[in-house]
Amino acid sequence: MAEIIVVTSGKGGVGKTTSSASLAVGLAQAGKKVAVIDFDVGLRNLDLIMGCERRVVYDFINVVQGEASLKQALIKDKRYDSLYVLAASQTRDKDALTQEGVEKVLDGLGTEGFEYVVCDSPAGIEKGAHLAMYFADHAVVVVNPEVSSVRDSDRILGLLASKTRRAERGEGPITQHLLLTRYNPTRVEAGEMLSVKDVEEILGIKVVGVIPESENVLAASNAGVPVILDENSFAGQAYTDVVSRLLGQERPLRFIEVQKKGFLKRVFGG
Amino acid sequence: MGILDFLKRKPEATAGVAKERLRIIVAQERSTRGAPDYLPLLRNELLEVIRKYVNVDVDAVNISLDRDSGHEVLELSVALPEHKPG
Ligand SMILES: Nc1ncnc2c1ncn2[C@@H]1O[C@H](COP(=O)(O)OP(=O)(O)O)[C@@H](O)[C@H]1O
Ligand SMILES: [Mg+2]
Repeated sequence: MAEIIVVTSGKGGVGKTTSSASLAVGLAQAGKKVAVIDFDVGLRNLDLIMGCERRVVYDFINVVQGEASLKQALIKDKRYDSLYVLAASQTRDKDALTQEGVEKVLDGLGTEGFEYVVCDSPAGIEKGAHLAMYFADHAVVVVNPEVSSVRDSDRILGLLASKTRRAERGEGPITQHLLLTRYNPTRVEAGEMLSVKDVEEILGIKVVGVIPESENVLAASNAGVPVILDENSFAGQAYTDVVSRLLGQERPLRFIEVQKKGFLKRVFGG
Repeated sequence: MGILDFLKRKPEATAGVAKERLRIIVAQERSTRGAPDYLPLLRNELLEVIRKYVNVDVDAVNISLDRDSGHEVLELSVALPEHKPG
């Protein structure tokens, strides 16, 4: 069986798709066979962030409805042989996605030897978000240091603890990871933005990583190259750390302090 | 305030306010999590019935849902007005 990871948040626009793409790439870089699925039916986006939008022939719904095989619909990544994308349907309505259909696809991926399936959840707490989390073994809850996002993520943490198959079957709780993104250490230092510690205290859970607010994220999405592949960017390096932690390695948090290096130090190192 | 002051104005240090507000709302929402949707409605109807007999305040009826060792307990308390003799 593949390990199922849902990337979810409640609130939209917080960085779920950005994170799903980078985590999937990072797991593939670690040698794992990975599929990343776009659950946002009607608002397909993951294909663009992964840079495979022109190669989408069949989508998730086609497989669910038996109109295409899993093999036909999986898009192989150009960079990593062990990484595949399953696009969301752009034309069908949300009702085309059913619990049995999702289960069939996930089981199929397990049979195909996939080790990890990353589920990019749509926003909200409706059917699409529910289906994305239902079969998960692990959850990455993406949160921004901002009031509505923090509140929504607490709501999602509650749903993860009760409304998943693991919870219903009493199979032990799904592992919950809090991923704080779009973090701006300068604004935190000025008292304008909730800190890592604030968010951890409010939600009562430690973060699995902190992704700084970064211009490189837009550049990455412009190019269709997940930001984790931009090894010089802080955001990319922070995602690499998160992948290592998800795989059980210890990595200290980085990029959460204001960079105090002067120009000369930056040029000559230090 | 002059236009220059306005342009130079820094955002305020509001993170503390955000944290305090979140602390309260998150605690409140956690305490009613999983409670059925009909709870507020049930409360109102009970209040109406009780008011047929006793003149109680709007906030006299308190409903809460507790969970202990697998049991769900719907707790209901009604604060009656002080009994006036005679
Ligand atoms: N760390 C970051 N720094 C800067 N911009 C970011 C960061 N993470 C996400 N974004 C931007 O935020 C927007 C929403 O991101 P997206 O991943 O599509 O969110 P979601 O899938 O949760 O709706 C995008 O424009 C994306 O480029
Ligand atoms: Mg998205």
